[in-house]
Amino acid sequence: MNYTLLIYENAAGFALRDHPDESKRRAYWSAWPAYVQALRAAGALVDGAGLEPPHTAVTLRPRDGAPQQVQDGPFADTKEQLGGYFIIDVPDLDAALEWAARVPAAPGSVIEVRPNLKPAAAEAAAAGAQP
Amino acid sequence: MKFAILSYETPDNFAARSDQRRDALFGAVFRYIDEMRRAGVFVGGAGLDLPQTATTIRLEEGVRRVQDGPYPDTKEQLGGLFVIDVADEAAAIAWARRCPREPGRVIEVRPLLPPRT
Amino acid sequence: MIAEAATRAAVERAARESYGRLLAFLAARTHDLAAAEDALADAFQAALEHWPRDGVPTKPEAWLMTAAKRRLLDRARHAQVHAQATAALAQAAAEAQARANADPVFPDERLKLLFLCAHPAIDAHARTPLMLQTVLGLDAARIASAFLVAPATMGQRLSRAKTKIRDAGIGFDMPLAAELPARLAAVLEAIYAAYGSGWDDVAGADAKRRGLAAEAIELGRVLGALLPQEPEVPALLALMLYCESRRAARRDAAGAYVPLSEQNVADWSHSLIDEADHLLRLALARRRPGRFQLEAAIQSVHAARRLSGHTDWHAVALLYAALRQLAPTIGAATAHAAAVAEAYGAEAGWTQLQTIPAAAVAQYQPYWALAGHLLARLGRRAEANAAYARAIGLCEDAAMRELLQRRRMAD
Repeated sequence: MNYTLLIYENAAGFALRDHPDESKRRAYWSAWPAYVQALRAAGALVDGAGLEPPHTAVTLRPRDGAPQQVQDGPFADTKEQLGGYFIIDVPDLDAALEWAARVPAAPGSVIEVRPNLKPAAAEAAAAGAQP
Repeated sequence: MKFAILSYETPDNFAARSDQRRDALFGAVFRYIDEMRRAGVFVGGAGLDLPQTATTIRLEEGVRRVQDGPYPDTKEQLGGLFVIDVADEAAAIAWARRCPREPGRVIEVRPLLPPRT
Repeated sequence: MIAEAATRAAVERAARESYGRLLAFLAARTHDLAAAEDALADAFQAALEHWPRDGVPTKPEAWLMTAAKRRLLDRARHAQVHAQATAALAQAAAEAQARANADPVFPDERLKLLFLCAHPAIDAHARTPLMLQTVLGLDAARIASAFLVAPATMGQRLSRAKTKIRDAGIGFDMPLAAELPARLAAVLEAIYAAYGSGWDDVAGADAKRRGLAAEAIELGRVLGALLPQEPEVPALLALMLYCESRRAARRDAAGAYVPLSEQNVADWSHSLIDEADHLLRLALARRRPGRFQLEAAIQSVHAARRLSGHTDWHAVALLYAALRQLAPTIGAATAHAAAVAEAYGAEAGWTQLQTIPAAAVAQYQPYWALAGHLLARLGRRAEANAAYARAIGLCEDAAMRELLQRRRMAD
């Protein structure tokens, strides 16, 4: 079963990416490939990516009648922001939570674990809508 | 250059997944994916199940807290994401504009980190 | 501040003890754990709120039963379907209140509750959580976090177990003498699982970190008071206290992880070690060896470093070899290989480590950490690097991850 691990990091977590202390910076960047390798060795990795920090985001908001409005910045004005995600294939939620606990994000991060939509169900619905 | 297109949904949009609006809702998304595939920009993505199926782990120094429900605790919630590979941000925003419009749906576009060697 | 926290902890312990006694009393008479919990829930919350301020009442169980009365009356009023069950609960409650007021000490039937929670008919995953919830009154959300399970899932697991106890009529009787060893082993295992909840550690040679350590020790003490003649009972408590004695030494001032071999013995709690030594001596004097006596003995060898200045790794390796015979786990096998490496060299340790089947350790972080360390000592740098990467990728703890990264760079 596929689950998505959504990794929300706070400002301190994002700051580690180009931390002035080289050892901290290196620790941050070397932990992720190790995690990916562990996922791969377990046959659990489906997909995943890191996102550039929130200030690089643009957001499109619907406006009644008018075209979508493009704004700088991420969607939500929260302390923690999406920093990356992994899609994993594991037997159940307990196993997904185990992998979520191993995500090498800094303390202060939040990992949301959500089942993916079953592709078959979504495709069946979509096929029903085809002319 | 790769970008993530993040689609945030209202409770009503999530509800539409299981009522008579379901076929139209998913149909529009699949046609959008087909378009991206045809243009050769589609890399991947995932549709997420309903927010109430989420579980959240908070990592603190030496402790972790497991909670039912999504993060953050906002009215709109992430409903799915697409990854596309396009020339620049303007092209990414152009594709984000084509994402099927639903009432209240907000789209965030963010560059992916380049792969590190 | 420290005194205040200690007072609070003592008051909370008193509230949990009275709660556990009352719950055991009510449930043993109604066979309905969920109903008994429901009846006591508000009163227990009120106790946690009032007692730290007003002090522990002279008859704590009587206080709780009085506070629970309204809930019981409400239940009786609203009950239609389960009229019979409600009547049984009301009767048990009346008896509890009479005893709480009359007896100098309220009867302690928590041992029955411990055996019930670890009953073979109950799902093994539910045993420890059930114990923590019923005997100590811990809430499901906290238990869920410690075991890395969604709170909703944990709630279901617990309520399924309680339904099973009620509907299958699982008895509250003490196990027969012939059954006692097996039943006791399940109780001990469940308590130890609470101590270790969720934390891996280098080569399994050191304690798990936080989780529910204090609660597990509390359960160990309850069991020790109720069943002192069984040697594995004080041995388990000794094991947990040895591990607990090193808590402060496990982090340096900057919060970095300090492995056992590098810990400053001055930072160990000598009073906890003395208590553990005493308990282990009591257990060994019974001359009935067991898994927890071996595990505690291993920790006592480590603890002896505070006196001798060195660790007798030959003794540790021997004890782990015996433990592997008695209770073969990947934790014991990995720790055995680590001890062999210290006693007889990296080559011997590596040979020992390779006797563990690969499939068993695919996701076992301490194995990969030790493999990295031994391969580096053998000069096999590329393999060491890959093994360390694997350990880092499987790590659940930031401080441990940093330690492994430092070693990967240094080795």
